[in-house]
Amino acid sequence: MDLVILSRWQFAITTIYHFFFVPLTLGLGWFVAIMQTQYYRTKNENYRRMYKFWGKLFLINFAMGVVTGIVQEFQFGMNWSEYSRYVGDIFGAPLAIEALLAFFLESTFLGLWLFGEGKVPEKVHLASIWLVVIGSNLSALWILIANGWMQHPVGYVINEATGRAELVDFAALIFNPKAWLFFWHTISAGFVTAASFVLGISAWHLLRKNEVDVFRPSFTMAAIIGMIGLASVGLAGHTQGQELMETQPMKMASIEALWETEQPASFSIITIGDLTGKNLVWEWRVPYLLSFIACNDFSCEVRGVNDVQAEYEQKYGPGDYVPLMVITYWSFRFMMGAGLLLVVVYGYGLYVAMKGWPEKWLKWMKWLPLMIALPYIANSTGWILTETGRQPWIVQGLLQTADGVSPLSPGMVLTTLIGYTLVYAALMVADVYLLRKFARAGTAAAMHEGEDVAPSILGGSDDAEPVLLGAKK
Amino acid sequence: MSYEVLQVLWFILIAILWVGFFFLEGFDFGVGMLMPFLSKNDTERRAIINTIGPHWDGNEVWLLTAGGATFAAFPHWYATLFSGFYPALFLLLLALIVRGVAFEFRSKDPNPKWRSLWDWCIFFGSLLPALLLGVTFANLAHGVPIDANMHYTGTFWTLLNPYGLLGGLGTIGIFLLHGAIFLDLKSEGVIRERAHTFAKKFWIVQVLLTLALLVATYFFTDILGKLGVNPGIVPITGFVTMLLTGTFLNRKRIGWAFAMTGVTVALTLTTAFMIMFPRVMISTLNPDWSLTIYNASSSAYTLQVMSIVALIFVPIVLAYQGYTYWVFRKRVSADPKTLTY
Repeated sequence: MDLVILSRWQFAITTIYHFFFVPLTLGLGWFVAIMQTQYYRTKNENYRRMYKFWGKLFLINFAMGVVTGIVQEFQFGMNWSEYSRYVGDIFGAPLAIEALLAFFLESTFLGLWLFGEGKVPEKVHLASIWLVVIGSNLSALWILIANGWMQHPVGYVINEATGRAELVDFAALIFNPKAWLFFWHTISAGFVTAASFVLGISAWHLLRKNEVDVFRPSFTMAAIIGMIGLASVGLAGHTQGQELMETQPMKMASIEALWETEQPASFSIITIGDLTGKNLVWEWRVPYLLSFIACNDFSCEVRGVNDVQAEYEQKYGPGDYVPLMVITYWSFRFMMGAGLLLVVVYGYGLYVAMKGWPEKWLKWMKWLPLMIALPYIANSTGWILTETGRQPWIVQGLLQTADGVSPLSPGMVLTTLIGYTLVYAALMVADVYLLRKFARAGTAAAMHEGEDVAPSILGGSDDAEPVLLGAKK
Repeated sequence: MSYEVLQVLWFILIAILWVGFFFLEGFDFGVGMLMPFLSKNDTERRAIINTIGPHWDGNEVWLLTAGGATFAAFPHWYATLFSGFYPALFLLLLALIVRGVAFEFRSKDPNPKWRSLWDWCIFFGSLLPALLLGVTFANLAHGVPIDANMHYTGTFWTLLNPYGLLGGLGTIGIFLLHGAIFLDLKSEGVIRERAHTFAKKFWIVQVLLTLALLVATYFFTDILGKLGVNPGIVPITGFVTMLLTGTFLNRKRIGWAFAMTGVTVALTLTTAFMIMFPRVMISTLNPDWSLTIYNASSSAYTLQVMSIVALIFVPIVLAYQGYTYWVFRKRVSADPKTLTY
C-alpha cells in the first residue's frame, strides 16, 4: 500500500478521534466553572450537585482528550518528518508554547481541582476549575494558530540556503486572521457540543422526573448557551467563507463541486451525479446562495475548480490541485445539516424552558439525547472539510502532502495504523460505557465519591475482592 | 545574544526539560510499577495511586514540552529522532495513553475484572515507558546509524543492543527506587512499611546496575573523548548520591534519600547530554553526518522569540507546580473515608 495514503489515514483517524473529545472539554468546562461559581456565590446546594454531576462527566471526557493529545504532539515528527524539517522553524513554536502555556496550566490545576477540595481554600478550588477552562481554551488557540499557518502561511520567508520556511514575523503568525476565525468557530462549536450534551442528558432525566431541581436549571442553561453558541458558530462560519474566497479559492469551489465559474453562483442542497460534474442525474439548487456564502453578497462571482486549477498550474507548475470533491462536498453538507437541525433543537429547548415546562410539549424531549450526536457529526465533518479541502497541499501553496511524509516502510505505518485504531476503539467503548453509566446515575453517584453506584456490565459482584497479580489475602 | 549562544542555551533548556521529566514522572512511573506489589487490596491500591493522583498529569506535560521545545528549537533533531525511533515511540505513546486513562477510569466501576484490567494498564503503562526512555537515551549517547540526509537507517532492533537494554534496565531500576522512596515519604502504615522495606532491599541492586551502566558507558560511548578518564563532577556525584541513598534509607532520613535518588536521576541523564553535546543525534556511520545543535537548529529569530516565551513562562509554571506539591504535602493513608476517588 501507498505510504502517503496510509500516513494520511493514520493522521485522520488519530486526529478525528482526538477531536471527538476536545470540543466537549472546551465547552463543558465553562458549564462546570459557571455552576461552581454560582454555588460559591449563593451556597445553594443544587448548584453543588450540578457542578459535581457535570464535573464527573467532564473528567471522564477530559482524560481521553489529554491522552490522545500526546499523539498529536508527537506524530508530526513520527509520520511527517520531512514536513517537520521544512516548517519546524515556524510550526514548532506554537506547539511548544501550547505545551508551556496551556498544557501545564490545565493538567496541574485539574489535579488541584480533583484532589484539592477541602485541602485548599474554597476560593482556590474555584479558581482551579477556571484555570483549567482557560488552559484548555488557550491550548485550542495555539494549535489553531499552528493549523491556521498551514492553511494560510504568513510571516515567513523561504531560506534558499537551508531549504526551508523560516519565521520572520512572530506577530503575523499569532495574529493570522485565519487562526482567529478558526478559534472563534471552534470555541463556539465547543459551546454547542457541551450544551447539546447537557441538554440531552437533562432531558433524559426530566422525562423520568429525576432530580428536577438540578436538571431543569441545567437544561435552561444549556438551551441558552447552546442557542448563542449556534448563532456564533454560524456567524464565524459565514465569515470564514469570505476569507476562504481570498486565501483558498479551490477549497471554496470544491465545497460546491463548482467546476465552472458562476456569477451569481447558486448552491446545491443535494446533487446526484458523478465527480466530473458532467453527468448530472438530479439536483436541488438554491439560486444566489453560494455567492452569499462566499462573499456575503448575493450577486458576486465564485470561481470554479477549472479556473483555479489553471491559475495554480501557471503558478506552481503542472499537477492536479483539486481535492477529493466527494469528501469536501458532502462533509460541508453534513456539517451544515447538523447545524441547521440544531437550530430546531434549541428553538424547542428554549420554548419549553421559557414556557414553564408545559406538559404537552415534554414528550418531544425523548429525542434530545439522540441529538447529542449532531454537534459531533458537525465537528468531525468540519475538520474533514478543512483538512481535505487543502489537499494536495500540506501547507497551502508551499509544500505538498506527499513531500512531507516520513521515510517509513508502508508496513510499519500500516501496523501502527491498526494498533492505534484497535486501542482507540477499545477506549471509546470504555469511555462511552462510563459516560452513559454516570449520566444515568444522576447526581447521587457523582456526589458520593469513591463508592460505586450502578452494577457493572461485566456482571461482577460488588463485595468480591479484586484480583490482581494473585494478590495474597 | 549571538546565534551560537542561543543554540547552546536551547540545548541546555531541552536537557533541563528532560531532566525535569525524568525526576518527576520517574517517581510516578515507579509508583505505577510498584502499585500491584505493595498493595493487598483495592483500598490500598487506590491509596498508592492517590500519592501521585494530583501530579502525574502535570508531570507528563514535561515530556510534551520537551517534545514541543525540540520541535521548535531543533526541527531536524525532532524529525530524525521521532521518525527514526518510530516503533519505540509508538509503543511509548500507547503505554502512556492506556496509563492515563486507567488512572481516571479504574475506580469508576466496582467490578474486580474492570479494576484489575486498568491496574495492569497502569503497571505496564509505567514499565514500558521507563524501559523505552532508557533505551532511547542510551542509544542517543551511544550513537545510531544516521545517513548523510539526516535519516535513521536502522530498525527497532538496532536500538535493542546490549548498551541500550542496560540503559533501559537502569532506568526501570532507578524509577522503582525513586518511586518506592516517594511512597515511603507520602504514604502511611503498611504501604509505607512495604515501600521502605522494598527500597532498602532494592538499593543494592540499583547500585550494581548504576555501576554497570557507568562502566559500560566507557566501552559504548565516547565519554573518554568527551569527558576524559575522570569523567568529572557530574557523573561522580550522581554515583555518590546513589550510594548515599542507602545510608539515608538506613537512618530513616527519607526526605534526604528521595533527594539523593532525584540527584542520581538528574545527573545520570545530564551525563548522557554531556556526552552528546554539541551533537544531538550521533551518527555511527560517519561523524560528519551527526546532527548537531548547529546544523539541526531553528533560525536565530525563532530561538530569540522562544527564549523570551520561556523566560516568562517557565518560572510561572515552576511556581504553580511547586504550589500543588506543597498543597498535597501530607501523607496519604489507606482509609476509605479520606480517599479521593
